[in-house]
Amino acid sequence: MRIPGLLIALFAVLLAGCGESPVAFHGKDITGVMDDLSFTLTDENGDTVTESIVDGKAVVLFFGYTHCPDYCPMTLTLLAQAMNTLSEQEREQLRVLFISVDPERDTPALLKEYTEYFGPEVIGLTGSKDQLDDVTKRYRTAYGYGDKDEEGNYEVSHGLAMYGFDKSGRVRLLMRNDQPVEQVADDLKALTDL
Amino acid sequence: MWQTLQTALTPYIFSPLTVLLCLLAAGGWVLGARRLARQGRAPSMWRTLSFFTGLLLCYAVIHTQFDYYARYMFFMHRIQHLVLHHLGAFLIALANPLPVLAAVAGGRRFPLLARAFAPLRRVLFDPVVATLLFVGLIFFWLWPSVHFDAMLSLRLYELMNWSMLIDGVIFWLVILDPRDPRQARTSGFGVRFLMLVAALFPQILLGAYITFSEPGLYDVYAICGRAWPLSPATDQVLGGVLTWIPPAMMTILGALVVLRYYLNYEQRGD
Repeated sequence: MRIPGLLIALFAVLLAGCGESPVAFHGKDITGVMDDLSFTLTDENGDTVTESIVDGKAVVLFFGYTHCPDYCPMTLTLLAQAMNTLSEQEREQLRVLFISVDPERDTPALLKEYTEYFGPEVIGLTGSKDQLDDVTKRYRTAYGYGDKDEEGNYEVSHGLAMYGFDKSGRVRLLMRNDQPVEQVADDLKALTDL
Repeated sequence: MWQTLQTALTPYIFSPLTVLLCLLAAGGWVLGARRLARQGRAPSMWRTLSFFTGLLLCYAVIHTQFDYYARYMFFMHRIQHLVLHHLGAFLIALANPLPVLAAVAGGRRFPLLARAFAPLRRVLFDPVVATLLFVGLIFFWLWPSVHFDAMLSLRLYELMNWSMLIDGVIFWLVILDPRDPRQARTSGFGVRFLMLVAALFPQILLGAYITFSEPGLYDVYAICGRAWPLSPATDQVLGGVLTWIPPAMMTILGALVVLRYYLNYEQRGD
């Protein structure tokens, strides 16, 4: 019976070994589980940009689309409320990247209009299918489209996670939008302190 | 057409380990079968067909576009594990692959290696351990917090799939060993029936539990996004039913093969 014991120990090590972090987040610590921040996408001005636009800033990244009826505006509102509790210096060290997985409807101009509503720290991005596949695969998330109705509207499925990166672009945190505002604010602050 | 096929066959995330292990298994069978054929003991066409069908099925669910859907839909993930742990592993074990793979070594013997592996083999092929591991691994990887981590981490995901396949092959090798248990000193047919029954009920319970639980048991699929907009409730019910019914059917199939062996040896024994 030594062998099953060994197997269990192996599982325990693998599960525990996913990364140590000096801070305790309210959300899930995913240090080391995924790759560093990296992307090539189109910004709100239609220019091709990479992760260098957020060099030296802590980043919260999430995927959505502007026609999203519930989740995306709720999450952006939650983030905006949490950011409002931070000091101006802390906010300056933080950027929110909203990546639209619906490039057909979300033009750079529409993204600009949408993200401005939630604050200057929110940056809208989108890209070609290849670019989006690349960044979604990197962060273990999928997206897909429902059928179009008579007016051409359609549903988009996308991940609900907010991914937190520290100032050097290392992945640290996975937050969900059912966290209370204070906890999100704590986690954002912890991200900027790393 | 060609493009569609190419897209479908391209692995979602390329895994050198998967390619290597599948090539080793396929190459091992071909080489071993040729060695055996020279001694006039070639495995039958049915065994070869069973082995390669099993291997190909397993490869298809972990290293093609299917894997993408298995990562982002709970019920597709359950189909993937159904193939790895039940159907594919069953077909591989049904081919009775150990003598063929052992023939790769030809006349050479590796006493040190054999001695090192003997205790491991004794433990893993023990009927109680094999059954506990078989059921235990299903429960372990479906434990919601473990499942969450496995779907986020590439390393854990690969460990999950390979542990399911290897464990499945071991379990079915014990069940489907075609040798006469009295001569080969393997688990008796009665013991194998008991193993199947012992493995059956926990799987039924788990499948029913998932099917009838409140939606959101495996929220990692909501958090990571589904491959297409399918309601979480439907996804979970489908996944629960797939954990429940087809494994139970595979158990019956296993029992039928055991019954056939039993009748075979009984008749010969008379």
